[in-house]
Amino acid sequence: MYDYGLFRYESKADLLDTAIRYWNPDKTKFWQKLGVDLVIDRREGYFLYDMSGRRLIDLHLNGGTYNFGHRHPELVETLKYALDYFDMGNHWFPSVARSALAEELVGISPGLKYAVFGAGGAEAVEIALKSARFATKRRRILSIYKGYHGHSGLSVATGDDRFSKIFLADRPEEFEQVPFNDLAAMERALSGRDVAALIIETIPATYGFPMPDDGYLPACKALCQKYGTIYIADEVQTGLMRTGEMWGWQSYGVQPDIYVTAKGLSGGLYPISAAVVDERCGDWLNIDGAAHITTTGGAELGCIVALKVLEMLQRPAVVANVAAVTEFFANGMAEMMRRHGDIFSGVRQKGVVLGLEFDHPEGAVHVSRALYEHGVWAIFSSLDKRVLQFKPGVLLSVDLCEEILDRFDAAMPRARELMHAARKAA
Amino acid sequence: MPHAANEPLMKVPDAALERGRMLLGRARWAASRLAQMDRAAIQRIVDAVAEAGHAKARAFAEAAVRETGYGVVEHKVMKNEACSRGLVALYRGEDFVSPRIDAERKIVELPRPAGVVFALIPVTNPVATVYFKTLLALMTRNAVVLSPHPGAKGVCTEAAHVLAAAAKAAGAPDGAIQVIEEPTIPLIEALMRDERVDLIVATGGPAVVKAAYRSGNPAMGVGPGNAPVLVDDTADVTEAAKRIVASKSFDNSILCTNESTVLAYASIADRLLAAMKAAGAHICTPAETEKVRALLFRDDGFNTAMIGKDAALIAKEAGFSANGAKILVTQVTLVQPEEKLVREKLCPVLAFARVDGLDQAIASARSMMRRSGKGHTAGVHSKREATILAFAAAVPALRFAVNAGCSLGASGFETHLGPSMTIGTGFAGGSSIGDNLTPHHFVHFARVAYNKAASETFGDFRGLDPLDLPKPSAPPRLVASTGAAGEADADALRRELRRIILEELNAVLAA
Repeated sequence: MYDYGLFRYESKADLLDTAIRYWNPDKTKFWQKLGVDLVIDRREGYFLYDMSGRRLIDLHLNGGTYNFGHRHPELVETLKYALDYFDMGNHWFPSVARSALAEELVGISPGLKYAVFGAGGAEAVEIALKSARFATKRRRILSIYKGYHGHSGLSVATGDDRFSKIFLADRPEEFEQVPFNDLAAMERALSGRDVAALIIETIPATYGFPMPDDGYLPACKALCQKYGTIYIADEVQTGLMRTGEMWGWQSYGVQPDIYVTAKGLSGGLYPISAAVVDERCGDWLNIDGAAHITTTGGAELGCIVALKVLEMLQRPAVVANVAAVTEFFANGMAEMMRRHGDIFSGVRQKGVVLGLEFDHPEGAVHVSRALYEHGVWAIFSSLDKRVLQFKPGVLLSVDLCEEILDRFDAAMPRARELMHAARKAA
Repeated sequence: MPHAANEPLMKVPDAALERGRMLLGRARWAASRLAQMDRAAIQRIVDAVAEAGHAKARAFAEAAVRETGYGVVEHKVMKNEACSRGLVALYRGEDFVSPRIDAERKIVELPRPAGVVFALIPVTNPVATVYFKTLLALMTRNAVVLSPHPGAKGVCTEAAHVLAAAAKAAGAPDGAIQVIEEPTIPLIEALMRDERVDLIVATGGPAVVKAAYRSGNPAMGVGPGNAPVLVDDTADVTEAAKRIVASKSFDNSILCTNESTVLAYASIADRLLAAMKAAGAHICTPAETEKVRALLFRDDGFNTAMIGKDAALIAKEAGFSANGAKILVTQVTLVQPEEKLVREKLCPVLAFARVDGLDQAIASARSMMRRSGKGHTAGVHSKREATILAFAAAVPALRFAVNAGCSLGASGFETHLGPSMTIGTGFAGGSSIGDNLTPHHFVHFARVAYNKAASETFGDFRGLDPLDLPKPSAPPRLVASTGAAGEADADALRRELRRIILEELNAVLAA
């Protein structure tokens, strides 16, 4: 019996049945079929506990949402205190918490002017795209093939058509995609001078973290400048110290006109997102500040947690820890490749953002399962299933890093076995 | 509307503990990297840190006296120098890093550092202890987190930063030397309990030492001193007097090894007093003794304002004059704990009692140590071996400085004991160590022990470096067998077994 006070389940099977019946049959069955029978119950630090009580080390972090781990005590305490005074607030009025967070965000974002808040990443992307259209008076949006920016009206149209066509939300006449790391294609697409914005993840997450070629991102920005297009950096998975600097665009030396942050911004405790814009893109805030309205966007509770997150991320000990975890997995994965090079074919890494390549079309799906069986949860890339998203948190300890590597090593024979079985079946 | 009171409208968490935990996490990373360094690399770091400390010995001695009000600058300079360059010179010949091969016993020993050493720093000897514990930790490839007494946090923080910068420049990993800049009792107690700490080395008052032992982490703490000093009728009285006065006045008696009470054979007592007077002691009159007793011992315990102060200043505070005196000698007739003057005094006040021989000397020493000082220090000035041994056998100290001052004798600077700012008081003194703290206490050894039987020959481990062993070849791959049906079945069975075992293991882990 799992009794949560407000609701209860007889068993895990009972929950799965309810989820299939009322929530999402396909998603629920998908994981069961894959051999990942995870229903997250307790969670603490970098650990998840399945309803069965089994412990998993979280290297998925839900895309960096749990950058600091789950329910970080300092963040939980901050939110609890905030609840003694604040609620979501009223979006119509100037607010103490929103102004403070906006000031902080702009302060750590050289070259940018205003922070506009949303509740989730897609909303922030929506704000970014609208701001770019406002600034350029152009309608067309350029993005990267297999890029990912969310599921709302404009944001979903920038992404893979798997997510747009089913809802008839694709808009090929306004949204175009070019291959990543292909500057010639980028220039062809921009040269018509009719593109409002290029939106690009600093490292495309759902595509398996392919690394931008040297100079690629600054060159994209230069092309944008040349053709009057706004450069929007999607920093949802690369911001917040994950690449070794506060924002991924800083670590690649590119200055965006707008960037978008979400997920980890409020530590997985209270949703908030932001589009941080330059003066030109944010000028609509001078003309009609109510042009974009959101009741839940920039909720004051989220602002307060986000302020704490940003303060913590700037502590020297956290900066040092990111460097240590980065170095540990750079060395550790090189050694893993030496040992398991027959299946483990490549590592993509910037800071604590890693994509691990496996030599099988669905290699990462098998590795994800093998790791799951060995007590580690890391998810494959939805849009390139050869690549495992391997996302250590910024506060990981050396002991846990060592444990992760030992478990990874131990899981490889099982991954090898699953891949061989899949080849045989094919 | 501005808030009426002077506190924020919204409460915010106290970040000190989280910051402290992050500091420990950073130390763990440093420890894991230090453990991979070889002896030459470690020696470079140790030398650089010692030189940096030595160069600032005087500046920090002055700063320590300024901040704490305890001790004598010149003597602190000596201690700082001894605990930097001196310490490193002493242990240069020893290797706490490389494997040791004992072919005779067919054993290889691999040094295994503690990891993160949490070092409590006392207010009495702040900088010397920062140097001392940091160097001991580095020699043995440990990261150190220094936790100064709040009364000395300024100078300790500065000293730690100087050592850390030198270490970093010499190739030490990030976080090898860190300091808690704003120590509070709840913070320190919480950090000592943290699982990221591998070893606590506690020098300080009994409260902090007990807290270290209560933490649940391995700890080495030390109890208070209270040294009896026997001077018998074979002693060179003039030399003994000089040594006692010099030792008792050294850094104004701030070292816990300093002399508490002289137990002088009656036959030489007057000569000894005269010689001490000649060496700079002020021999108090009974009335002065009474005034000193009243000044030093208050209803709530020792008057901490007098710790480490000059003899002349103490006399002035007590209400008499002893200008130019190095120490004050207060004669007592009762050597029992109820006579407060025979308790530990971290100031240059020395009790003096006459004994009629060895038996009474032993009884007196045991009596005065019954309240405090067990496991610590005693002194003997004598040329008769039987007296020295009888005293040592009967008195509950763990180190006896013979014909040497206790301050620097028992702490190993004027004897061949391990020079130390941390004096283990052993089982009797509530401590897990009975030695002067040395680098040996910071490292354990993994022992590779061969079968004794002559038929089993010991391997040749010479030239093998555990940090740089040849890589084993890649393991045989578990591939789908293409062999005969029987082999394939066996293979599948093995795989299935392996999977079942794994599942069971996971179930155990989850339980």
